[in-house]
Amino acid sequence: MHIGVLITHVRAEEKLLLTALRDQGVDLDVLPDRDLLFDLSAGPEQLSSAGRAWQDYDLVLERCVSTSRGLFTLAVLDSWGVRTLNSYRTAAICADKARCSLAFADAGLPQPRTLLSFEARTTLGAIESLGYPAVLKPVTGSWGRLLARVNDADAAEALIEHRQTLGSYNHHVYYSQEMVDKPGRDIRAFVIGERTVCAIYRTSPHWITNTARGGVASNCPVTPELDDLCQRAAAAVGGGLLAIDVLETGDGRLLLNEINHTMEFRNSSAPTGVDIPAEVAAFVLAQASVPV
Amino acid sequence: MSGTVCPECDAALEIPADVMENELIACLDCGSELEVIALDPVQLELAPEVEEDWGE
Ligand SMILES: [Zn+2]
Repeated sequence: MHIGVLITHVRAEEKLLLTALRDQGVDLDVLPDRDLLFDLSAGPEQLSSAGRAWQDYDLVLERCVSTSRGLFTLAVLDSWGVRTLNSYRTAAICADKARCSLAFADAGLPQPRTLLSFEARTTLGAIESLGYPAVLKPVTGSWGRLLARVNDADAAEALIEHRQTLGSYNHHVYYSQEMVDKPGRDIRAFVIGERTVCAIYRTSPHWITNTARGGVASNCPVTPELDDLCQRAAAAVGGGLLAIDVLETGDGRLLLNEINHTMEFRNSSAPTGVDIPAEVAAFVLAQASVPV
Repeated sequence: MSGTVCPECDAALEIPADVMENELIACLDCGSELEVIALDPVQLELAPEVEEDWGE
């Protein structure tokens, strides 16, 4: 069996995953995205940087920290019929907050009220209709970058004006969301295939609770309600290896916030007692063994 | 463990025995994020700057 692992570089997560896969006796090719070069006019017989034909991989695990490199590579491999985790479809939906919200809505899943607009005037109207405070997010952002809490109309106007002056068209796609009055924490659940293997609370005095932004992780019991929501959310985006962010409302309901397709889990094995890299490695092996 | 020096500040760095190629390592002296670009012997260079599309 031949497994490829796409990386940008080896962070704590990739080191844990590579070690867990090797512990299972897997023949691994580590494939740095800086070395990738695809001939799009040819096919999967071309060689990876490890010297193996792409078509000879039983599975390629995508762990690029660079979202764009990961997505393009998954698109190429998908087109060539090379099995990947996650799938191109799943990654493309999760990397785009608007598509992810649409997938949740299609599946009838609970989420905060979310509006999409493209101009200052309509965006101001969107935020007014959500009420203050509201949240303004980039559709393709990560690590909590450029997330803004909009407290009043003056702040909304200033933020939109700033975004309008930024050059990239990405900044002119406005994803506005109702602010959920969460109890100083949110939930991150880890879904591996058909199982919600564990979840953490991310607690922070700041309204952005990402552990990348200093949120503190503690164990969150996987209740039947949380498990059911996460399974349905995973199915809505095509399933795979997913970290699902869930918000709790003041009256105890669960709302889907977003899904991450290249999950970061270095702080989550200790509080939950679940060996996440070992779980991922076992799933990768099982998937790679499924006949095509 | 083996040793090398930080390419930014020359501080002595302990390299873990299980170090991997392309692994990120922080210099505790100057705070630089470094990447292991070769093993045997270990060679380090400054890790690339975070780009706008990085992260989950
Ligand atoms: Zn240094």
